[in-house]
Amino acid sequence: MAFGIAARAKGSDGGSGDRSGTPLNFLVRLANSGWFRPVLLLVILTILWDVSVRVFAIPAYLIPKPGDVALALMSDWDQLLAASVPTTMATLGGFALSVLFGIPVAMLIAGSRTVEAYVYPLLVFSQSIPKVAIAPLFVVWFGFGLLPKVISAFLLAFFPIVVSAVQGFKSVDTDMMDLAKSMKASRLQTFTMVRLPHAMPAIFAGLKVSITLAVVGAVVGEFVGANSGIGFVLQRSIGNFELPLMFAALVVLAMIGVVLFWIIDVIERLAIPWHASHRHTYTATS
Amino acid sequence: MAQPNLKIVGSEETGRLSQKTLIQIDGVTKTYRTRDGEVPSLRPITFDVRDGEFLVVVGPSGCGKSTLLKMVAGLLPVSSGTISIEGTTVTEPHDDVGIVFQSPVLLAWRSVLRNIMMPVEVRRLPRDKYLERARALIRMTGLEGFENKYPWQLSGGMQQRASLCRALVHDPKILLMDEPFGALDAMTRERMNVELQRIQHETGKTVMLITHSIPEAVFLADRVMVMSERPGTIAATYEVPLPRPRTLDVMGHPVFIELTQRIRAHFNAQGHLD
Repeated sequence: MAFGIAARAKGSDGGSGDRSGTPLNFLVRLANSGWFRPVLLLVILTILWDVSVRVFAIPAYLIPKPGDVALALMSDWDQLLAASVPTTMATLGGFALSVLFGIPVAMLIAGSRTVEAYVYPLLVFSQSIPKVAIAPLFVVWFGFGLLPKVISAFLLAFFPIVVSAVQGFKSVDTDMMDLAKSMKASRLQTFTMVRLPHAMPAIFAGLKVSITLAVVGAVVGEFVGANSGIGFVLQRSIGNFELPLMFAALVVLAMIGVVLFWIIDVIERLAIPWHASHRHTYTATS
Repeated sequence: MAQPNLKIVGSEETGRLSQKTLIQIDGVTKTYRTRDGEVPSLRPITFDVRDGEFLVVVGPSGCGKSTLLKMVAGLLPVSSGTISIEGTTVTEPHDDVGIVFQSPVLLAWRSVLRNIMMPVEVRRLPRDKYLERARALIRMTGLEGFENKYPWQLSGGMQQRASLCRALVHDPKILLMDEPFGALDAMTRERMNVELQRIQHETGKTVMLITHSIPEAVFLADRVMVMSERPGTIAATYEVPLPRPRTLDVMGHPVFIELTQRIRAHFNAQGHLD
């Protein structure tokens, strides 16, 4: 999406080459780039936040001023950066496990009515158990290391991948299956040539939901028992009423989520350039 | 083995059909089992398709004509009776058959050429040999320059041409078409009819095509088989003695008009015009 807009903006520049150096044109280009609008909104929200804290005289121990958060972000940068490493590791670990287990499970569920009848309801049932409630159990079972956080992230990230992949595998229309059948395609050929590519857009939609949930899962794991990670910093800073640091940790956490989401988005663009959601960028590059 | 060029039927053979039977349908019925019990879809049906013949089956919606085609294709088991192609009973999809569905069912993630080559890949046929054939088909259907485009970049008519190329790429004797132009607009549909007529004429393939358009049926067919309502069976069969190659002008021919009227009368008598 972002690329398409950028490409189009560049294209229109070519037509009016004589104006391309003017500051006005630069501003127009800036305003048209994909990242500009969300950043603009963020800036507006931050200003609103600052103004409301001042106008309503909200004490700093309830909501800190954005300036203080920025200061905390700068002064505690090394600590936050160090804390984000285990959180990112737990997130990625849990996410990788979800992909590793989620897609094969989805294949089984989509491929067999029996498996679906047995497994799917249980999966939905297990999903309704709040992970925060069972997270302490993982500490009892697996100690204070990385593993309980990975498992916590995995438990949250697993479900969306399974649901979307099942939907993707099952949505192949009957004509397409008849086509494969008429060529006497083997089960494996049908899977690799038809079912899997067909399911890819749905799988990627699941991966995007799942990566952000994996971050949540990792932090939940860290809340319960950890001596490092963003979750640990959050807990400690709120215990010490260091609200600016806590907000700074939240900012870092959001950044981790955004960057990971963006990476999945880039991979998706490369993996399924043919999909409807990428078509305009695709024509621009081909 | 000769080059995989398209088989061109010489002019001396034009218009003459061999009397050899290629597809035999003998007392075939189809009954679907549903929750409400057994629903008959086809009453016993018996007919032959000759080698090189263009047979069009026309009938109202739900008369079981698609079911019939799927059974010939080996995609659906028969409830009773037998279908045989060149003497062999059909129990699974036959290698000498290519199918075109109502929707083009092109794979969105493959270019036009790779879509056309899919049967070659699946059947593990020699790629180089068939690539040449695929290119010949692309030329024949006027898809040159679109080989590397993706299906969504093509118009509906072009997509259906690509699916026709895919059905023909492994050089099957038989082409089965299930309302192939039903989703196209009227103008494109007429043009596709002219082209299909030409392609069949040039390649000498045996075609069995399902439609519910009477003019389309008469324009394309050597023989039109009219089916009755569900549970379907053969209501009548008409030979179309119009010379080939046919152009759209044929639609003004007295024989054409006479035939379309007679076929239409069947549906009017049944009280249903699709």
